[in-house]
Amino acid sequence: MRILVCVKRVPAPGSKINITADGQRVDDTNLGHTTSPHEECAVEAASQLIEEHGGEWDPQRTAAAIAAAVTSLEAEGGPFDLVLFGNESADSSGFQVGIRVAHALGRPMVNGAKGLRVEGATAHVEREADAGREAYELPMPAVVGVKEGINLPRYPTMKGRLASKKAGVVTVEPAGEAGGLQMVTLKPPPERTNETVILGNGPEAAAAVVDVLEEIGVL
Amino acid sequence: MEGTTLVVIEHDRGALAEASLEALAAARGLGTRVEAVTVGADADGLNDTLAAHGVSVHHRAHHEMLSDYAPEAWGEVVAGLVRSISPRVVLACGTDRGNEVLAQAAARLDLPFAANCTDLSPGDALSMTRLRWGGSLLEDATLSAPVWIVSVAHHLFEPSEAPTECSTVDVEAELDPALARSRVTARVEREAGVTLSSAPVVVGGGRGVGSPEGFAPLAELAAELGGVVGCSRAVTNNGWRSHTDQVGQTGTRIAPDVYIACGISGAIQHWVGAMASKNIIAINTDPQANMVTKAGHAVIGDLHKVIPAITEEIRRRRAS
Repeated sequence: MRILVCVKRVPAPGSKINITADGQRVDDTNLGHTTSPHEECAVEAASQLIEEHGGEWDPQRTAAAIAAAVTSLEAEGGPFDLVLFGNESADSSGFQVGIRVAHALGRPMVNGAKGLRVEGATAHVEREADAGREAYELPMPAVVGVKEGINLPRYPTMKGRLASKKAGVVTVEPAGEAGGLQMVTLKPPPERTNETVILGNGPEAAAAVVDVLEEIGVL
Repeated sequence: MEGTTLVVIEHDRGALAEASLEALAAARGLGTRVEAVTVGADADGLNDTLAAHGVSVHHRAHHEMLSDYAPEAWGEVVAGLVRSISPRVVLACGTDRGNEVLAQAAARLDLPFAANCTDLSPGDALSMTRLRWGGSLLEDATLSAPVWIVSVAHHLFEPSEAPTECSTVDVEAELDPALARSRVTARVEREAGVTLSSAPVVVGGGRGVGSPEGFAPLAELAAELGGVVGCSRAVTNNGWRSHTDQVGQTGTRIAPDVYIACGISGAIQHWVGAMASKNIIAINTDPQANMVTKAGHAVIGDLHKVIPAITEEIRRRRAS
């Protein structure tokens, strides 16, 4: 089977996210880059399915601009059984790219997947909801948005790292008009000015903690 | 502002999601007429609650395919209703389902969608602040479109009543039978009891807990307080707890009466999931830990000794 995983390169933040002076982007001068955590899991989910069902996997394609890229990739190499996304990107947190790609491709889509298994031509997806765990059966080709917790992503091996250096990157220019959502500026959230009351050191502080719990009213 | 705000109401087999009351409060803040749509006949009975929260028209969408949650079908219902009643704003709470349904509707209408907003301010365009990085970074943005499709960030708007007369309109949805391909086909009900997102008390453990077994005293304290155990990403990455327990940007955002954070350094991704807690008590050996400096109260010490002492003190007071 063939699976395409769509990932986004995002800054890897430290303890605080710094913004450039003009307020237009995250200052990544001193930051590394990574993919969103949900997407790491999407890559792992694809790896596991490929190991189980066989096929080829090319992570470099994943960075390309998406719906057009899927179509052009499919024109070259046949349809993808699954296109996987992360639930939402860590940085812009838009919650929609995967769904829009699925709609453009006319494919079924479920976001927030915490379980994914393939049987024949069906993708079995599970996800958590307030009332319990829901199951979906998507006829493939399908699009699935994966959520952290579906697996524990493996670390890249040296062999994989070397192979990735040799792989080509195909760049696809995004087409179409810009949408109507326009960023004005980035800003840090208000600093919480806070005086921490130290209740004590070690187990001797237990009585003071329970006093606070009584005050809050949870006892 | 003139016009109508259409609020997408989340429910589970007729049980209203509290988050939708937040969406209704946010919608009323826009000063428009507020209408609401529920999907599936199970939700027909929500009329009184919607009236109490300021909804003047309740659109009840019916179709045999809508007996349970189905993201594409729900999105199609909302898109169809937008085409027929032309609201100025479409709004939902930014939960998993809320964001999913609005994104599905926006894709179908070929309109922009702004997720997890606060501070909505209508003008020629809709100005808003959007949560990025789970809330560790904010974005001021504008939305220019014939219909403004937005979700409001969960836990940021306070539900409140504003009783009004509410009429009902039954909508017979026209759905492509193919959309049945992405609906819930089975589910396993959660065991009764409090969940991480609704618990009044969360006892959270981080890397400092040290092992899966190390969580036993935390669970004991949580049980004593009628709460649940949560954890940081370091813990799930080590395989000590299930991801279901993870508090943070890529886990659950909690808002308990009190969050007792044990051995958690307080990385920004964890903090954004915990910051809606009404009170925070941090227990940590490091007085400079982020979690300690951000908490209202803190104990400096080894959680393995402090937690059992707290549990014991609670039991002692209850017995006396």
